[in-house]
Amino acid sequence: MNFQTLSQLAVLCEERGLGIGALMLEEQSAESGRTKEQELAKMSQYYGVMKEAVERGMNENTTSPSGLTGLDAQRVGAYNAAAEPCLGGAAGEAMAYALAVSEVNASMGRIIATPTAGSCGIIPGVFLSCQKRFGWDDDYMVYGLFAAGAIGYVIANNSFVSGAEGGCQAEVGSAIGMAAGALTEMRGGTPAQAVHAVGLALKNTLGLICDPVGGLVEIPCIVRNGFGAVTALAAADMALAGVRSVIPSDEVIKVMLEVGSAMPEKHRETAGGGLAQTPTGRKIMEDLRRS
Amino acid sequence: MRFKDVFSIIGPSMVGPSSSHTAGAARIGRAARQVLGEIPRRAEVIFFGSFAATYQGHGTDRAIAGGLLDFATDDRRLPNSIVLAGEAGMEISFRQGTGLFPHPNTVQLRLTGADSGNELTLTGISIGGGNIEIVDIDGFSVKLSGMYPTVLIHHMDYLGVLASVTDVMRRGQFNIGHMSLDRKNRSGAALTVLELDESATPELLCNLEALPAVKSVKLVDLSEKEPETDTQG
Repeated sequence: MNFQTLSQLAVLCEERGLGIGALMLEEQSAESGRTKEQELAKMSQYYGVMKEAVERGMNENTTSPSGLTGLDAQRVGAYNAAAEPCLGGAAGEAMAYALAVSEVNASMGRIIATPTAGSCGIIPGVFLSCQKRFGWDDDYMVYGLFAAGAIGYVIANNSFVSGAEGGCQAEVGSAIGMAAGALTEMRGGTPAQAVHAVGLALKNTLGLICDPVGGLVEIPCIVRNGFGAVTALAAADMALAGVRSVIPSDEVIKVMLEVGSAMPEKHRETAGGGLAQTPTGRKIMEDLRRS
Repeated sequence: MRFKDVFSIIGPSMVGPSSSHTAGAARIGRAARQVLGEIPRRAEVIFFGSFAATYQGHGTDRAIAGGLLDFATDDRRLPNSIVLAGEAGMEISFRQGTGLFPHPNTVQLRLTGADSGNELTLTGISIGGGNIEIVDIDGFSVKLSGMYPTVLIHHMDYLGVLASVTDVMRRGQFNIGHMSLDRKNRSGAALTVLELDESATPELLCNLEALPAVKSVKLVDLSEKEPETDTQG
């Protein structure tokens, strides 16, 4: 890839007169030695898996093997249909879809890691709800996924994307930044605006620990995906309105690295602290061990 | 760069619940299976760090077993793989390791081949989003991501072995993206790892195996199945 930072990415887009998604497709094809059509076909197949996961999560039984989670997406979906959600319909739908995919994941169903399985609901939640709302076709969405991938590529190589390395900020935080930047571009924002959206979003999740109850990707992971989809919409709106990340997004990514590196091991996907070690969290863990 | 392309960020397509603890673990298991070159009759699985703390909840044990059965990350049989491993005649055990480990998500696999009885000790780490690195094979330091088709050549550390290897690659028109060599001692056993741009053919592997000083050649290829593409495009 010919870029290592988000500012390099924005400059490169300007030089070549391309959006982030189109530029990433070119870079990917050059890296893999495969044609753009082949790479588009693979991403398109992935988008199909995301759609299937939303469909399953909104309609089928997603009770997890532990019995702790499942069907919350359908609860939110039914509520959205019956009453005006506080968030408004569009954000409510993004939230429901994000929960749906995360619940499919927890029940050992098939998903696409974006960038991880723990954060797999955010991008499909944002993408599928916005596709419906704005009438975008699938090809457009696939370019959006390349844009999200370009942003994630920079975050992953300058910081981290696993909870065990950098806490939940590295997973859910990265996914929100990726979704926010991609959505900004899809709504007609410039690459520079998309980069601001990433920084705005990441600042909101700095320091978020990874503390899964019982070590399962369920509590609090699933609801954090629901919240994450809503936050991505908000960050895209701010960037499209002209709000800037005063601390440049590349510097925010470095802060994520700094904070994650300083995070105690008990808060990095070991179930040794946080929500996992509350009295209720411990009781759930003991019940799971016995069963 | 630890993460090499767009599909290391968007992807893999996988069965949940964790990209590092399920998909990454499945890929480490599958890499180990391919390095061994056959299904293991016995597999001792030792988890460290976050893997040790949470492997049951994340299905890391099932993922390793699935990988040892050569399942891809999105294989729907994965949740049931420990049972399937037993049916395939694999005796598999899991425990938590102690001592130093290179990464919060580390697993060591000690395998015995079903047919040959060959033994393999392999250490892998799962670095996030389903991406892995194999860092040690039978005491040789390696750096194998599984992102590319990878050829492993066990050979003796003689002058010119590498030149003959690269000559075979050149004649077969195979480009090398990354290469590493580690040896136990001067003139002793060595392991060369080559990451290629496209998958190795059986002919290439034969030609490498025929080289003097080469003891064995193995191919690790974890690539996903290709979607149907319109070749007109």
